[in-house]
Amino acid sequence: MLKDITIGQHFPGDSIVHRTDPRLKILLVIAYIVLLFTVTNFLGLALSVVLLAWLYLLAKIPLKMIGKSLKPILPIILFTAVLNVFFMGGSGEPLFQLGFLEVYPEGISYAIFMSVRIVALIAGTSLLTYTTSPIVLTDAIERLLKPFAKLHLPVHELAMMMTIALRFIPTLIEETDKIMNAQKARGAMLDTGSVKDRVKAMVPILIPLFISAFRRADELAMAMECRCYRGGDGRTRLKVLKFQRHDWGVLAFCIVTFGVVWATRFVMPGVL
Amino acid sequence: MNEMIAAKNVRFRYTLENPYAVDGASMTVRKGEFVAVLGANGCGKSTLAKHFNAILLPESGTVTVEGMDTADEAHLYDIRQKVGMVFQNPDNQIVATVVEEDVAFALENLGVPPAQIRARIDEAMQMAGIYKHREKAPHKLSGGQKQRVAIAGVIAMRPDCLVLDEATAMLDPRGREKVMDTIHRLNKEFGITVVAITHYMEEAAQADRVLVMNGGKVVMEGTPKEVFSQTEKVRSLRLDVPQAAELRDELVKAGLPLPEGIITEEECAAALYQLLK
Repeated sequence: MLKDITIGQHFPGDSIVHRTDPRLKILLVIAYIVLLFTVTNFLGLALSVVLLAWLYLLAKIPLKMIGKSLKPILPIILFTAVLNVFFMGGSGEPLFQLGFLEVYPEGISYAIFMSVRIVALIAGTSLLTYTTSPIVLTDAIERLLKPFAKLHLPVHELAMMMTIALRFIPTLIEETDKIMNAQKARGAMLDTGSVKDRVKAMVPILIPLFISAFRRADELAMAMECRCYRGGDGRTRLKVLKFQRHDWGVLAFCIVTFGVVWATRFVMPGVL
Repeated sequence: MNEMIAAKNVRFRYTLENPYAVDGASMTVRKGEFVAVLGANGCGKSTLAKHFNAILLPESGTVTVEGMDTADEAHLYDIRQKVGMVFQNPDNQIVATVVEEDVAFALENLGVPPAQIRARIDEAMQMAGIYKHREKAPHKLSGGQKQRVAIAGVIAMRPDCLVLDEATAMLDPRGREKVMDTIHRLNKEFGITVVAITHYMEEAAQADRVLVMNGGKVVMEGTPKEVFSQTEKVRSLRLDVPQAAELRDELVKAGLPLPEGIITEEECAAALYQLLK
């Protein structure tokens, strides 16, 4: 069914990866991305991939999910790899030549390196959305950005908009479904004809959808006012995020492992 | 001070070009009462209801809530906390993606400390009978359940008065029954004043008092018996009467001696039984 789709699939669970404070998780994912880009040797890269794979096992996320999230960026990975293979110059003799293109061993190893790096990047960020529900994530982003509220960045308003957007996605999808059926019942041809015809057929679906969305927004605003909503000032929260003991453990673990990965630069020379 | 809400000569129009939606309406609601407000479409009943918690302010006339004037900015949030409002479409009232988060919304806005929020929303969800759904997403619930989530979100504020603006209009009969049960329980057990705007005469028949609006004014007022026995007058205002009252009327017209003031099915059955004996 259309209405069962979710944004950034979430797998509920009770592992340490799930239970870690979402703010910490966001920061660690950012640190992991930075780490991936500072690591220049295969040992470091291998270690960071092993670390990530172990976290996936810990969180009991099926590994085939990674494949699913990689699918849309597969062309980018292939493109990067191919470019690197052909245009990376080397110091020694080229391995072989294809017309004017010369392939060096450095090119091949760098292409592999880059592809693995991108895969790890996507898999790392996906782990965050797999183990954290969208609401919790929104909440954590709001809290992380709180210092920027002093610079007049509307942090609370942004978080509120995200929450409301998440809340209304299923409602509006359901509504789209209804409108489509209603238009079909009146003879609209939605799945046949040329691309132009089909785009045209979307107009009588989008217009009622927009009108109803505006009406909903109006009513929601009134219902929020009735419940004393007055912006983010002086607001408390039901669920307070608290840094717990296991969060310190996670932080310490990551500092050590990230440090080890980073330190491999002293053991093994980089690919470039 | 026994008055919950008092409206005096309230006049309101949405824009200067429009006719008055509420045109000199006066009414009072006493504490602990269950008042039903009836009226044909466009008679101004929803507009009047929005004056009760300062969503709209009267152009002339006054509305007071427990003695506080709604036009007084200083009391705005006191008034909104005291008079909770539930609207027709539950989908458009629920803000959060989890039931309990939504019930907590008003308390978060009021700045209640987190530990107290927990206790109060648990209480509110139990009162509305949705405690077992507290961790679900609102779009997985039925219409009646969603409407009870909306009610829980309002009663978590511990209001003294609940204004229902056709809160059961979009529900199926079973959902409606459950919601009405919940509201009657809140009224009887917890002493919450209820103002219910409705199109369902059967719902109005269960109220303590019925107000009928027409053309932006309150034109009839009294107990359900008093109002619904004036079948002709109610009809002239483009409203129905409960089926029992209608039956009694027709039988009287046909020459059968039936007592006045029959509005519920039980009373009607009893009267018919008496007659046939």
